[in-house]
Amino acid sequence: MSEVKLTVNGREVSRDVEDRTLLVSFLREELGLTGTHVGCDTSQCGACTVHVDGKAVKSCTVFAVQMDGASVTTIEGLASGATLHPMQEAFRNNHGLQCGFCTPGMIMMGVDIVKRHPEGLDDTTIRKELEGNICRCTGYHNIVKAISAAAKEMSTPAMAAE
Amino acid sequence: MGVQGIGARLVRKEDQRFITGSGRYTDDISERHMTTAVFLRSPHAHAKIASMDIAAAKTMPGVIAVITGQDIIDGGIGDLICGWMIHSKDGSPMKMSPYKVMDPDTVRYVGQPVAMVVAETKAQAVDAAEAIEIDYQTLPALTDFAHAMDEGAPQVHEVAPNNLICDWQLGDEAATDAAFASAAHVVEVDIRNNRLVPSAIEPRAAVASYNAAEDHYTLYTTSQNPHVARLVLSAFYNVAPEHKLRVVAPDVGGGFGSKIYIYPEEIACLFASRTVKRPVKWTADRSESFMTDAHGRDHVTKAKLALDADYKFLGLKVDTIANIGAYMSLFSSATPTYLYATLLSGQYNLPNIYANVKLVYSHTTPVDAYRGAGRPEATFVVERIVEVTARKLGISPVELRRRNFITAFPHQTPVLMNYDPSDFPGLLTKALEVIDYDNYPARKAQSEADGKLRGIGFSCYIEACGIAPSQAVGSLGAGVGLWESAEIRVNPVGTIEILTGSHSHGQGHETTFTQVVAERFGIPNENIQIVHGDTDKVQFGMGTYGSRSGPVGMGAIAKALDKVEKKAKLLAGHLMEADPDDIVIENGELKVAGTDKKLAWHEVSLAAYVAHNLPEGMEPGLTEKSFYDPANFTFPAGAFICEVEIDPGTGVTRIANFVAVDDFGVIINPLVVEGQVHGGLAQGIGQALLEGCVYDDAGQLITASYMDYCVPRADDLPSFALDHLEIANPSNPLGIKGCGEAGAIGAPPAVINAITDALGTENIIMPATPEKVWRAAQAARPQLAAE
Repeated sequence: MSEVKLTVNGREVSRDVEDRTLLVSFLREELGLTGTHVGCDTSQCGACTVHVDGKAVKSCTVFAVQMDGASVTTIEGLASGATLHPMQEAFRNNHGLQCGFCTPGMIMMGVDIVKRHPEGLDDTTIRKELEGNICRCTGYHNIVKAISAAAKEMSTPAMAAE
Repeated sequence: MGVQGIGARLVRKEDQRFITGSGRYTDDISERHMTTAVFLRSPHAHAKIASMDIAAAKTMPGVIAVITGQDIIDGGIGDLICGWMIHSKDGSPMKMSPYKVMDPDTVRYVGQPVAMVVAETKAQAVDAAEAIEIDYQTLPALTDFAHAMDEGAPQVHEVAPNNLICDWQLGDEAATDAAFASAAHVVEVDIRNNRLVPSAIEPRAAVASYNAAEDHYTLYTTSQNPHVARLVLSAFYNVAPEHKLRVVAPDVGGGFGSKIYIYPEEIACLFASRTVKRPVKWTADRSESFMTDAHGRDHVTKAKLALDADYKFLGLKVDTIANIGAYMSLFSSATPTYLYATLLSGQYNLPNIYANVKLVYSHTTPVDAYRGAGRPEATFVVERIVEVTARKLGISPVELRRRNFITAFPHQTPVLMNYDPSDFPGLLTKALEVIDYDNYPARKAQSEADGKLRGIGFSCYIEACGIAPSQAVGSLGAGVGLWESAEIRVNPVGTIEILTGSHSHGQGHETTFTQVVAERFGIPNENIQIVHGDTDKVQFGMGTYGSRSGPVGMGAIAKALDKVEKKAKLLAGHLMEADPDDIVIENGELKVAGTDKKLAWHEVSLAAYVAHNLPEGMEPGLTEKSFYDPANFTFPAGAFICEVEIDPGTGVTRIANFVAVDDFGVIINPLVVEGQVHGGLAQGIGQALLEGCVYDDAGQLITASYMDYCVPRADDLPSFALDHLEIANPSNPLGIKGCGEAGAIGAPPAVINAITDALGTENIIMPATPEKVWRAAQAARPQLAAE
């Protein structure tokens, strides 16, 4: 067992965990943040994607103890109070989800993709960047539309100024 | 607060919880004192269990119980069932072997559960499972199912000599043979329909909880049909009496057929909860999903088509061997028979059809219905042989189809189905417009100038949805009726709950079903709520599969709405001293036609519950129920055109254009319907290009992870061009035909027809991976190899 202290969705948490505890298990079972999902066991599907210090990370590929001192944001912490993140709104408005299981990972990855491409995104780039996230429902058509729409929304001056 | 009824492009109500991480899936559920179960699984495809020692595992830290197959048998739990009885052509019933929750003596596929550990934590359960010692005596395994009936092949079950479960037929063989005897042309194809893993992104899971004080069970489970699960668990598996068992399917992360079935794990979890008197949770790893979720497809087929001198179809003869896997899953007998051969007429006048299907066992995971279920296999046979025929006879594939399309309806095929109206030529015409077929030669020339091979492929599919008229399926051997239920509860304040036996696991029922009610009464969509997926709340239902929630589920809602509307009008007429026949309902008001008299919807609702002034003999309240049993199957149809560009140097196939023009009848919500088509196309294109489940000769599953089994990623797919014709279905209360499976049914032959067109060879087996395409490209262009 080791002690781990980290910030999750802006809140400081401290727990004793088994060394083999994955970050995703820590979030789901210790903190009750079940929005982050487990869809595979080979780090292929991306349903478990969260942000660690601002970057997209598959939370099934890191141990909780490795997160000591880190700041983790999960899907539950993405919105600002009642105001949804533009990526969340874009997924809804473009029907970028069906069963919803891959959606938290897709949204967290979508935010990361947009941040890494300040020059703007075309559909081909979005599709290549989504290589690590699997959706079995949508055929990706509307996910690509959603990320494209959110990218435009996130690049407007109001958002850039924040 | 606008009224948003049928045809409105409404964003989904349910999305709020999914985009904020507030969904509630089975694995998200925790109960007090909950334990975790893991299953020890066979590493062998075929072996006798000589001995099993659980003593060490039982003493491991945190272990509460180790449960064996014998424990479950001793506990009175019954064998798994197959819900559809079929017969061989000699009249004998299908040869179904016993299918135990955990067979204590023999294992017959890799991943078959052999023991269950219940522990405080999952890690402890995994550790203990590793401590169970089993002495397996391995036996030869059969995985090459095309040779299942060969002399000397390993035998899977004693009850089925030569591994043959059923030698089934449909159609008139003598008439079909006569048609071939008179034919001017006969074209034959050999087809392999590749084995697929459904791969819903949420793995299967169960939380079983036995309350000893009340002698009552609750099962949360990843199910497409919780009511059917409760019935089967009670009536056949003897897990708990039906009135003592609540089954809840909460948010479910995709199904595609794989979550129809009641698997050994859910049964074992209920049994274990009774045994340890604590809640038991099991959640599959993805590897377990690959090994144990029912797989799909897996046919080998020889087909031949007879034509007259004018290229009119005279007859189709089909011989198929269908792999059922190691045990007969719930609908495994129906999928390659009544859901397959009944669609072999496609969109064509085909006066004579004969199909023979041999269902065989093998030492592989059970095979059952996966998105499309039999209909993709039928469509692949029909649309491949039509395309190959056109090429062999030197006629355009468009012209050959036009010459043979059914144009008069209703149309009785020689394989049971009676088609409702559609417009097959019109669908193809529209698809040709959307893809800009006239300029295809220019695009092909450009590809060639770029050193690429370009091909175009067509697929004109038809499917039977709206599953299904109960009497019809009953006469064909189904163990259940396939109606659907709905209850409309109008509250005293006028808000409405719709209780439905359908289950949404991505299809958007919480939005689309409310649109049907909003349309009828003109009340705001946000005042209508869907209740589903819980056997304590909804009395009974048959669940969601076979594209049935639209035509059958919403059909039931329409029927219940008829009753509510009738009663509301009676009451409004009474209150306004008018003839009920003169009452019209629009924009949330009940009006006396031709007058300014009116009552708001909520005023009539309240009057029904206050009950101070009701018509003579009317009971208080405003709630009605309907069981809707469809009069016929529904027949969605469409024309797909796929354009591919192949790099002959690498064998990589790029989908350059994909057009889908469908007739789904009346569309309730175009946004949701388009999403269903996109997803279906992705799975169909996945089958054609990427997905193939592979076993080695020893029966090991080679493709047991997302690293080995390629489900499509975003950059494997194009954006799709969709259009539709909306030809109302006269046999459905709302004119709906259904849309959930179309893409997966129609896409594979469109893709393969395009690839074979580009390569100039018909010799491509799905999935058309770069390696296969590269080899075919080399073989088809010997001049390149010589260079």
